[in-house]
Amino acid sequence: MSAYLIRRLFYALPILIGVNLITFVLFFVLNSPDDMARMQLGDKRVTQAAVDSWKAEHGYDQPLLFNADAPGLGAFTETIFFQKSVKLFAFDFGSSDSGRDIGYDISQRMWPSLAIALPVLLVGLAINISYALMIIFFRATYIDWGSVVLLVAMMSISGLFYIIGGQFLIGKLFHLVPISGYDTGPQATKFLILPVIVGVIGGIGSGTRLYRTFFLEEINRDYVRTAHAKGLRERVVLFRHVLRNALIPILTGVVAVLPLLFMGALITESFFGVPGLGSYTIDAINRQDFAIVRAMVFLGSVLYILGLILTDLSYTLVDPRVRLS
Amino acid sequence: MAVWCVALLLTGCGEPPWNNPYPPERAGETVLYGSFGERPKHLDPVRSYSSNEYAFIAQIYEPPLQYHYLKRPYALVPLTAESVPEPRLLDAAGNPLPADAAADVAISEYLVRIRPGIRYQPHPAFARDDAGGYRYHALTPEQAGRLNTLADLPETGSRELTAEDYVYQIKRLAAPWLHSPIAGLMAEHILGFADLSRRLGELAPPAQDGERPFFDLRKVPFDGAEVVDRYSFRVRIQGRYPQFIYWLAMPFFAPMPWEAEALYQQPGMKQSNLTLDWYPVGTGPFMLTENNPNRRMVLSRNPDFHGERYPSEGMPGDAEAGLLDDAGKELPMIDRAVYSLEKEGIPYWNKFLQGYYDSSGISSDAFDQAVQFDAAGQAGLTEAMREKGIELVTAVDTSIMYMGFNMRDPLLGGDSERARLLRQAISIAVDFGEYISIFANGRGVEAQGPVPPGIFGHREGEAGINPAVFRWQHGRPVRRSVDEARALLAEAGYHDGRDPETGRPLTIYYEAMDAGPDGKARLNWMRKQFAKLGIELVVRATDYNRFQEKMRKGTGQVFMWGWNADYPDPENFFFLLYGPNAKVDGGENAANYRNTEFDSLFEQMKNLPDGPARQQIIDRMTTILRQDAPWAFGYYPKSFSLHHRWLDNVKPNLMANNTLKYRALQPEVRARLREAWNPPVLWPIGAAVLLLVLGAVPAMLIARRRERSSAR
Repeated sequence: MSAYLIRRLFYALPILIGVNLITFVLFFVLNSPDDMARMQLGDKRVTQAAVDSWKAEHGYDQPLLFNADAPGLGAFTETIFFQKSVKLFAFDFGSSDSGRDIGYDISQRMWPSLAIALPVLLVGLAINISYALMIIFFRATYIDWGSVVLLVAMMSISGLFYIIGGQFLIGKLFHLVPISGYDTGPQATKFLILPVIVGVIGGIGSGTRLYRTFFLEEINRDYVRTAHAKGLRERVVLFRHVLRNALIPILTGVVAVLPLLFMGALITESFFGVPGLGSYTIDAINRQDFAIVRAMVFLGSVLYILGLILTDLSYTLVDPRVRLS
Repeated sequence: MAVWCVALLLTGCGEPPWNNPYPPERAGETVLYGSFGERPKHLDPVRSYSSNEYAFIAQIYEPPLQYHYLKRPYALVPLTAESVPEPRLLDAAGNPLPADAAADVAISEYLVRIRPGIRYQPHPAFARDDAGGYRYHALTPEQAGRLNTLADLPETGSRELTAEDYVYQIKRLAAPWLHSPIAGLMAEHILGFADLSRRLGELAPPAQDGERPFFDLRKVPFDGAEVVDRYSFRVRIQGRYPQFIYWLAMPFFAPMPWEAEALYQQPGMKQSNLTLDWYPVGTGPFMLTENNPNRRMVLSRNPDFHGERYPSEGMPGDAEAGLLDDAGKELPMIDRAVYSLEKEGIPYWNKFLQGYYDSSGISSDAFDQAVQFDAAGQAGLTEAMREKGIELVTAVDTSIMYMGFNMRDPLLGGDSERARLLRQAISIAVDFGEYISIFANGRGVEAQGPVPPGIFGHREGEAGINPAVFRWQHGRPVRRSVDEARALLAEAGYHDGRDPETGRPLTIYYEAMDAGPDGKARLNWMRKQFAKLGIELVVRATDYNRFQEKMRKGTGQVFMWGWNADYPDPENFFFLLYGPNAKVDGGENAANYRNTEFDSLFEQMKNLPDGPARQQIIDRMTTILRQDAPWAFGYYPKSFSLHHRWLDNVKPNLMANNTLKYRALQPEVRARLREAWNPPVLWPIGAAVLLLVLGAVPAMLIARRRERSSAR
């Protein structure tokens, strides 16, 4: 297994370089270093000398990808791409273009993201599994059909609708929790309730339908028929056999998204005023802060790869038949 | 669901209102609650240049002058200075000249005397140890690296403000590594500024690992700004630049203690985000006690504030509006101001309605809910707003939105009669009155010239209309008809908007920077305006970066842009059309307009004091612009803002940024109304639980029945 893991980590390197290169090209196709400087320096009374000075101060005064004037390897190393990318692989994110330490900001902002994402995942998992089991229990009845229609409808509704609807009903109309905001410590609870409820309800449609499919697949297996033939109660069959076997794809799916929980939710954080990594990324894009955009894309890629590796590992843990080689 | 219910119950353990985002124990305090949508990029006065940054730093830093809060037109009054300085004019030999000298002025000297006894806010930069040395000026990189916030340096100190601090800041404006946006402008005016900038670049030690070591600017001599004595400093301006006095009311010229730079520029401090851009240090009424722009920024009363009193004079009507009720009272009138991050308009608006923000702007989405216009076109509040006791404050901004024609363009630009008539025809056809009503909810006034109301040189009434575009009818300006525009077009040689050479409709390219869904309606509207003349408008939608690039290169044809005044002087608007200031040459004249007479008049006008002579020149300049039409004067935006009944002393002052100190609050009224407006509604929780039970019971019964039947 160790060899497998090391190989996977090596595979990750070209992927990360590729992602970094694509991010770099996409960003600089839209924004030149001059644009970035002007964005930082403001709209009014900015001279070209000030722009040049800013670029030199922030290391954007070199060619983007290839330095024809530099000898030897310098043609590739004395470029913005190399200078700005190489430290990422040591997880040194450096400073944002406005001068803030990105690593510190990420360490501060991942907790609010996690404070929403983790409860949404756990509560959502519990509700979705329970609901899917209930549908399976009443399969091929009006409850099943009605639920599927409801779930498809819930899937079809935009996430934004849940957010605005939740804020309107629970925050504005019923006055039960603050509409938006964030705080630290126990005070954070009242701010988290609404985004968590919205996140859970917004995920019921797709989550329950997916789990229903997993359960349906299991319920038609021979071992379930055998269990029924042995006279086991439906409840016992569902919880002891079907649920346990269907948990394999569910758990591996959950493990895959675990690392990405840190990255936050873009729209949710923005609407609820939660200072997480999702809003951090959106702000950076709006401000054309390439240093942050690059760091967040890189971090997202690393976490995604980590999630996939964890998924593979979790297969071996929940299914002894699987061996990694 | 169980978790939800438990969490809700936990929330309910506190006193109502449950949806209060603030600690309930602070309900009775004089704390102003506001919001910010985007974190300020810079809090260092050498770099800050936008309103969302000034909202904070103008309460902390104190330049020598400020604008009178109530008087109009805007008037400068001393802040830390003893008086508003008058320039002393000198010839090339250094001999004094009379104040009205028109020529031979080589130097204008501004001697600023500041009041003794003003002290800085408590700050670690001033903390001293027992031996009298600075407590935190010799931190090791390891010590600095362990710091997370400024509060990790617990000891603070203060000291008296001196003239040296102002001179230090002026030198900072020239420091090339600080990238001050006005460095280029000041290099044109302050004596030796460009040379100082060059010398600083040579003398200062280079940055190491992205951090620039402390470089004591006091050691660098500078003729442009000198300390005269402990409380006086002198600024020397090349030639005349009367507008310099207005810059002395902006945070760029606020004092900076060298100790602050000595503290923040130690190795490791920047990596811990401890910089002047993050932790300001000033003498103003407030200090930034919490700076977490990811969530909240808090300004608290500066215990060392030198004291100031609420103005006792205002304009007619101010007393009746209650704006002089607090005359002579000690400032500031609130203890703290808490600004929360609010990125989206809907939650922001709803929280204002719930009483959790004391004042609010009005977004387009909420406009109809808040404002209605009467038959006479006067804006007023809707019934729902009046019931809540919300008050509306409106003001015409000292800004202009205009449609510019690139005067370098072979079709639209140039000094030919053909092009002039074409521009005039378009100026008539593009109906900005309609634009204001459709896209700005009526929040704007059609512009008749470059100078907005409230700035010297603006004329109201019939004398102020643009006769090339409007007629005066029934006591108001009425836009000339499309037929008149078509006639002008025909006179220019474009009958029915057709190019005489090709016989095809004239095609004009419009540079647009709002390519999003919201912009589409605007662009369609713009096409229709040109179509009135038979002209085909081709929209070249792009992002703001590309738009700016086209403007800099002078490759655009028609565009819309705006300008917000730096100071209340007509020079700050006319310079946007001054020939040597063309955008292609690096200036702000985006139309690249050049007219010899206009330029000559501008050079005269900018040096004159407000008065009949200056007004006469401005009238002539405005006439030239109306005739040449390098701009279709669009509109002066009008700002609408709302505030709750418990917030007092609200008068729009579009020039002053340090207005927080004048605000007064009635926290007991706010607490009472918040409670009345936000009673928790509990029945939905009961209904949800009941629904679950009602759904679960039959399901359980059916399940049991099925299990029993299958067992049989």
